[in-house]
Amino acid sequence: MRTAIAETDKRRGGHTWMQHNRMIITPILFLLPGVLFFAVYVVIPIFQSFHISLYRWDGLGEAAWIGLANYEELLTDRNFDIALWNNAKWLVLYLLAVPAGLFIALFLNQTVVGIRLYKSLFFFPFVLSQVVVGLVFSWFYLPREGLLNTIITSLGLESINILGDPVLATYGIIAAGLWPQTAYCMILYLTGLNAVDPEQVEAGRLDGAKGWRMLWYVILPQLKPATFIAFVVTIIGALRSFDLISVMTNGGPFGSTRVLSFYMFERALSEFGFRMGYGSAIAVVLFFIMLAFIAYVLYAMWRDDHEARR
Amino acid sequence: MRSNFPSLKTGTAALAAATIAAGGGAYADPEGTLTIISDMSNPGPRAVMEGLAAEFDALHPNLEVDLTIVDREAWKTQIRNALSANPPDVINWYAANRMAPYVNAGLFMDITDWWEAGDYAGLESVRGALTMNGAQWGVPYTYYQWGVYYREDIFNELGLSEPATWEEELANCQVIVDSGRACYTIGTRYLWTAGGWFDYLNMRTNGFDFHMALARGEVPWTDDRVRATFANWRQLIDMGAFIADHQTYSWQEALPFMVNGEATAYLMGNFAVDQLRNAGLTDDQLDFYQFPIITGGLPQGEDAPTDTFHVASGAQNVEAARAFLRFVTSAEVQTRINGPDGLGQLPVNANASVADDEFIRQGFEMLSRNAQGGIAQFFDRDWPAEMAAVGMEGLQEFMVFPDNLDDILVRLEQARQRIY
Repeated sequence: MRTAIAETDKRRGGHTWMQHNRMIITPILFLLPGVLFFAVYVVIPIFQSFHISLYRWDGLGEAAWIGLANYEELLTDRNFDIALWNNAKWLVLYLLAVPAGLFIALFLNQTVVGIRLYKSLFFFPFVLSQVVVGLVFSWFYLPREGLLNTIITSLGLESINILGDPVLATYGIIAAGLWPQTAYCMILYLTGLNAVDPEQVEAGRLDGAKGWRMLWYVILPQLKPATFIAFVVTIIGALRSFDLISVMTNGGPFGSTRVLSFYMFERALSEFGFRMGYGSAIAVVLFFIMLAFIAYVLYAMWRDDHEARR
Repeated sequence: MRSNFPSLKTGTAALAAATIAAGGGAYADPEGTLTIISDMSNPGPRAVMEGLAAEFDALHPNLEVDLTIVDREAWKTQIRNALSANPPDVINWYAANRMAPYVNAGLFMDITDWWEAGDYAGLESVRGALTMNGAQWGVPYTYYQWGVYYREDIFNELGLSEPATWEEELANCQVIVDSGRACYTIGTRYLWTAGGWFDYLNMRTNGFDFHMALARGEVPWTDDRVRATFANWRQLIDMGAFIADHQTYSWQEALPFMVNGEATAYLMGNFAVDQLRNAGLTDDQLDFYQFPIITGGLPQGEDAPTDTFHVASGAQNVEAARAFLRFVTSAEVQTRINGPDGLGQLPVNANASVADDEFIRQGFEMLSRNAQGGIAQFFDRDWPAEMAAVGMEGLQEFMVFPDNLDDILVRLEQARQRIY
């Protein structure tokens, strides 16, 4: 009986430590699982990669400290140069998906019979797995049986083996990647176009804006959020090109289509890769490239937020 | 389970008799659980492995066999994790330098004592492939020959016979090219097929001992003898001996060229025969010859990759593992699992009998009579992993752009100096 009274006293008074700090404890508790997983699977491995990149280690035996030797080797490694350049090509050319997606979205943003069907057909490649896209395109490019070469030779031109040519192969893979990525950008713009204010378009029309000028000065500014997201997902997509490369060329011919992530995998984790330290050094370089983009994205978001508040 | 083992009881009895006859009665009957991870994931080998496990299980009433079969390609990267944490007792792997990372990291058990104790009678000739740092680290269970598989019917049509020398080879090839075909099909997309060509050309140009010295990193890649090998290779490339665009194809995708008669031969391992037969070629259309001699007087070396069983150093049930290795390598089991209903390859035990198959017979003859130079494992098993990867990439580039040879050799030499 006495204890029960004490309990109610406590509750009434609201003086427990928990109740005092509720406003701080609750968000921490909610954040904890996420933060824990993020730390264990993302943050700590990042620092581990930094650490391992200073060692020579085959992943099995003893690791030997070699300082910055892995990074010095990167400087003279021609394969690393190729991979880095390929990453640059991916980043630049993959962004073609953004304007391509915009134009398809503008084209599809009309009311005719069956437009939903057309829209879903255009969106279709994004639903496919990257592996399937890679396979379809590698068949498309096949030197003899492929559809591309059937077309080319029927025009009386010399057939080309795109994925077997060290110069063309990377572009061939990027083209394959653009197919689903364009569809993704298209869907982003289609939803953006729904939100375009018809009154502004009307006003623009009264002021005599048409065609390109209408697009550039009236429509595009209203699509800015969609454009931003399209850029972000496309850049991330370009840096995640691993699966397409693995399926279409396996990094070949003679390593000409490797990007940094693929090269890292090959050196550290693949069948013949036993260089954890070197792979980690590549991963660190890739991390800083990604960090630059992420920092820019975060800054842009913060700036927009800031401007919106003013 | 497909039954390769119709008479389990008689087989068991025969084996038990054989074991006692071999003086192996001193071993205690293993008990507990034996965990095996196998990479024999293709349908045929899988049935063989499952049969082996079931039979071994039945053989030892107090023992339970726990078999896990992993995809063969995936196992090449998974073996590291499997061996490091909570290791199984017995695993599959490959002979020669492919063992090196696991031997050096102490993950394979040194089973030299078992070899010394006479566990593996009849396996003396293959002991070398399992030897590293002066000790033995596993046992083989199958191997197969490499060589030139060719379209006998096209050879007859063109009036050609199996070439024994390089001159005959080049002359043959010229006739084939003139008839509008390629001499050889090959798919170098996954690189290793080019390694087979280098193995043979180098062993025939400079001999087996030089080849192995190069594998051990004792000879620079820029050596004139290595260049001589590439010069011979280039003769074939320049005359258009190989199919075009081979860098785009896997080895399986290169098979149709031979099946359709666009190419007449394939330098391959014996596992290609099954695929060629399935594609509709009869044994009348298909034949085999040993890679021709280039430098006269050199004893011929051959590629004959060996697949193996190893005991993990962290094995829980070492006694059972030992009994299993003895079981797998015994003459009777070897005859059965390598027979036409099993793997269709060569048994490793000299006392086992070889299957009655045109190609297995020829391979067995070749390896036992005509390979005095020595038996190599294969480019990607004899060379250290890293060197093999860099090397095979260079070989593929050479096959596509032979003019880049100097650049390629300098690169390989840099890799050699770093790796060894």
